[in-house]
Amino acid sequence: MIIEGRVIKLGDKIDTDIIIPAKHLKYTDPEYLAQHVFEPIDPEFHRKAKGAIIVAGKVFGMGSSREQAAIAIKAAGIKAILAESFARIFYRNAINNGLPVIVCPNITKEVNENDTIKINIESGEVIVDDKVIKCKGIAGMALDILKAGGLIEYLKTLRISE
Amino acid sequence: MVYLIDRGDKMGKTLTEKILSRGSGKSVSPGDVIETNVDIVAFHDLTGYHVIEVMERANMLKIHDTNSLVIAFDHLAPPPDVRSAEIQQYIRGFAKALKIRNFHDVGYGILHQILLEKYVLPGHIVIAADSHTTTSGALGAFSQGMGASDVAATIITGKTWMTVPYPFKIVLSGRLGNWVTGKDVALEILRVFKADYFNGMAIEVFIEEPKSFPMDYRATVANMGIEMNADALMFVPDEITINYITDMRGLMPKAISPDNDAEYVDVYTIELDKVDLLVSAPHSVDNVKSVREVSSIDVDYVFIGSCTNGRLSDLEIAAKIVKGRKVKTRCIVIPASWSIFRKAMELGYIQTLVEAGCIVTYGTCGPCIGGHFGIAAPNEVVVSTSNRNFIGRMGSSQAKIYLSGPSIAAATAVLGKIAEPGDVI
Repeated sequence: MIIEGRVIKLGDKIDTDIIIPAKHLKYTDPEYLAQHVFEPIDPEFHRKAKGAIIVAGKVFGMGSSREQAAIAIKAAGIKAILAESFARIFYRNAINNGLPVIVCPNITKEVNENDTIKINIESGEVIVDDKVIKCKGIAGMALDILKAGGLIEYLKTLRISE
Repeated sequence: MVYLIDRGDKMGKTLTEKILSRGSGKSVSPGDVIETNVDIVAFHDLTGYHVIEVMERANMLKIHDTNSLVIAFDHLAPPPDVRSAEIQQYIRGFAKALKIRNFHDVGYGILHQILLEKYVLPGHIVIAADSHTTTSGALGAFSQGMGASDVAATIITGKTWMTVPYPFKIVLSGRLGNWVTGKDVALEILRVFKADYFNGMAIEVFIEEPKSFPMDYRATVANMGIEMNADALMFVPDEITINYITDMRGLMPKAISPDNDAEYVDVYTIELDKVDLLVSAPHSVDNVKSVREVSSIDVDYVFIGSCTNGRLSDLEIAAKIVKGRKVKTRCIVIPASWSIFRKAMELGYIQTLVEAGCIVTYGTCGPCIGGHFGIAAPNEVVVSTSNRNFIGRMGSSQAKIYLSGPSIAAATAVLGKIAEPGDVI
């Protein structure tokens, strides 16, 4: 699967309280959540998110287990996230909701805000202009879930005994 | 990151490998992607309704093992608005329809504390829809938080998948100084390693003198394992672990230990007598400073409680410091469970705290997540014994949150500025 989009850069240690504050967690409606994504640092974020790819530093999505963080980012129109590392829970939440997340050491030094980049999510190749950056593709269980369209769709494909 | 661990056949197993080998039914090594059985799966109100929604959307409203599911209401407890009450009503209906025995409505306490008091055993694999599930590592369980979808899948299938983390060994040596507690040890680890180092690792903590580091302190450090971004943080079970479970539940659990020749990515020893009274300054948990670097900053609001520091020893310390004095800040104290609240009442701590001017309730996460029962206003300075000081965590995104243990928090409440116990007593 190839994804192409414009880069929005964020820093290190982007936490889930910044992505979607706890006061919005009483709802799971993607459209509602998208309106409030990154509200504490940039209330207008959702207006520029459509079709973009987030490029971030270390432990993106650290903090709470709130799945709304991944849902909000996806619903705002972000196509994928490249980060130098991800917090474990957020990584799983993103995959479980069909949002591609690629681990990419040093990526923040390789691309700039508003660059247009292409990602092969399986091989992990990222193309910026004529430069090819090798990142960690999505594989195994995570790829199976992502390809199914998320964990709910994946669960439906399993035969679960009573 | 690649770690050089030579895996010969003779190699002993770490606690992580032993637990996950039992869970998956095969001999596992770090980096393996495994499917494992789960002993306890849990959720609270704020994530629980989402878990049930996922089960409904997958058309799989069924439970692999009803006895392994634990539910507690804490984040929206007691409900501050109609939507919160509605969420609890929805989960109550689910618990009744599916005959969930281990259901704890408003009034029992915070999920992670209830898991320690009533359910988790050494060697268990615990998955819950809350990041602070690492707390159960205090009893030597492999416990981690997951999102609503993963928890729903675990409830339905009894299993989950994971990558076996790389093991890291921390040794606690000697004894802590006066007023220094488990929170300071957690912050010391964050000061040294920062918030990203342990990503993909499980921390196994060995205590040289078990009595020097009581269960309350272990729970605080394990709780903060998620702030270190560790996959899990476990204390190697010892006599303190066994005694705690026997006291709480009247049963004698089996201990589980790593092998003596188990290999770790690295070993780090903390000399407890050298650990300082520490705080996390805004807006990141690993922005750790000695309390003396930030003393005299004026404070509006002190919160003592949460799944991090709402236990009996925390209340005892706070009560000792405020006894016979009046607090100058807003002061809210929230014991983590009914059983802790009751013991604190018997021991007079609640009376002391109330007489000093603190507001005391129990069993809610409200202030810690900026939910209810004590929200911070713009530009206010907060000292909190909870676990996160991220922007907007406790209310306004213009508030400044300092995290500390109970002794600094109580001294701060008395003096109205960041202080250490020696400034008061």
